[in-house]
Amino acid sequence: MRRTVGALLRKELLVELRTLESVPGMSLFAVSTFVIFHFALNRSSVEGDLASGILWVTLLFAAILGVNRLFVADADQGGFDGFLLAPVDRSAMLVAKVLTLLGFLIAFEIVAVPAFALLLLGSSLGDAMPDLLITLALGDLGVAVIGTLVAALAVQTRARDLLGPLLALPLLVPIVIGGARATSPLLSVSHPTDSPLRWLLTLGLYDLIFGLIAFALFDFLLED
Amino acid sequence: MVALEVEGLARHYGEREALSEVSLTLQEGQTLVVFGPNGAGKTTLLRILATLLRPHGGYVSVLGSQLPEEAWAVRGRVGLLAHEPLLYRELTARENLRFHARLHGVGEQRVEEVLEAVAISSRAGEPLRTLSRGMVQLVAVARAVLHDPELLLLDEPHSNLDPAAVELVAPLIGAASKRTRVICSHDPGGGLAEADLVLGLRAGRMVLLREAAEVQPGEITELYR
Repeated sequence: MRRTVGALLRKELLVELRTLESVPGMSLFAVSTFVIFHFALNRSSVEGDLASGILWVTLLFAAILGVNRLFVADADQGGFDGFLLAPVDRSAMLVAKVLTLLGFLIAFEIVAVPAFALLLLGSSLGDAMPDLLITLALGDLGVAVIGTLVAALAVQTRARDLLGPLLALPLLVPIVIGGARATSPLLSVSHPTDSPLRWLLTLGLYDLIFGLIAFALFDFLLED
Repeated sequence: MVALEVEGLARHYGEREALSEVSLTLQEGQTLVVFGPNGAGKTTLLRILATLLRPHGGYVSVLGSQLPEEAWAVRGRVGLLAHEPLLYRELTARENLRFHARLHGVGEQRVEEVLEAVAISSRAGEPLRTLSRGMVQLVAVARAVLHDPELLLLDEPHSNLDPAAVELVAPLIGAASKRTRVICSHDPGGGLAEADLVLGLRAGRMVLLREAAEVQPGEITELYR
């Protein structure tokens, strides 16, 4: 399993480095959206619920771009068949794709989150950063698992560019809610004492449930 | 020993019947050549034997394992050369073969061996999208035999290859490879020369199954009318 996941991850990294299709697109989308919010809201800064809402909705839509591209090379260039012909555990592809999407999300957030702070936050992210990183990590894991599951399903259809977001968005709503609620106190100027723990646990539980669902269903999605 | 045993095989795509009542037996080391016009079901048959499609009816046994129940035992023992090369265009030939070698648990030395065998070593570091169709087909041949499969499933294996390249791949996928082979072909002369057993398909139905020595080229041509 480790050898197969390693081979798949290496291949994903090489393809992304050669095509630059996912991470640059996601980053550019997120930064452009923050710029649009910056001018559209006509405020020097945002905080609390509004700030966390803007952050999480933007991250979600940018992530959808990556989800849509996740299996395209495999479906269009016969990579699925090549993989299915090998005597390997098919769950290795689930693990590799989740890790790939997680890597893409982390890479684009390295650009997107500082851009968000620069363009929309009046205060620095300094104190909030450790809790924000935990929240983002749990949110990213959920997006990666659900995104991989949905992308594997959508890529088999003719309307994959439409079906992917249509299936993913409703399933990702609880992650946006949990992420935004957990982030809101961190971005509040008045520094409320609300603990984000409840929402972090909700995110963790949601990740776990979908992780198990993905593990149970993924082999069937690869089947004819 | 029997390599392939197929009895009453059926497969459909929605309402459309792609294969119906196909039955044959192929001994180890023999070559089955499948003829038939476009849409006859040749590729569907190959994909079922490769475990990529599930049969919807009948009995299929490949290398002693029944499909689809024991498909896991067949994977890795079959080499498929399909219409698509099953290679990533952005990766180089060497990177593609190394990827497949890792999936099949094959050493890197074997990658260099097959690259040399198809005379592509000098271009092996270039992305596949920059190579000609013929060269991509050579890399696809290298991929199909990389793990030294017992059964070769070849869908028009010489397409895009010039005569010199056809000679080059003969030791790997030709009769000299001593492997059991199933070949889809549109070339009556070349196909019959390779065959031990001939299967003719039309609209998913078996219209010819005979020892190659008993088949006249005219009978194959008739399949396409």
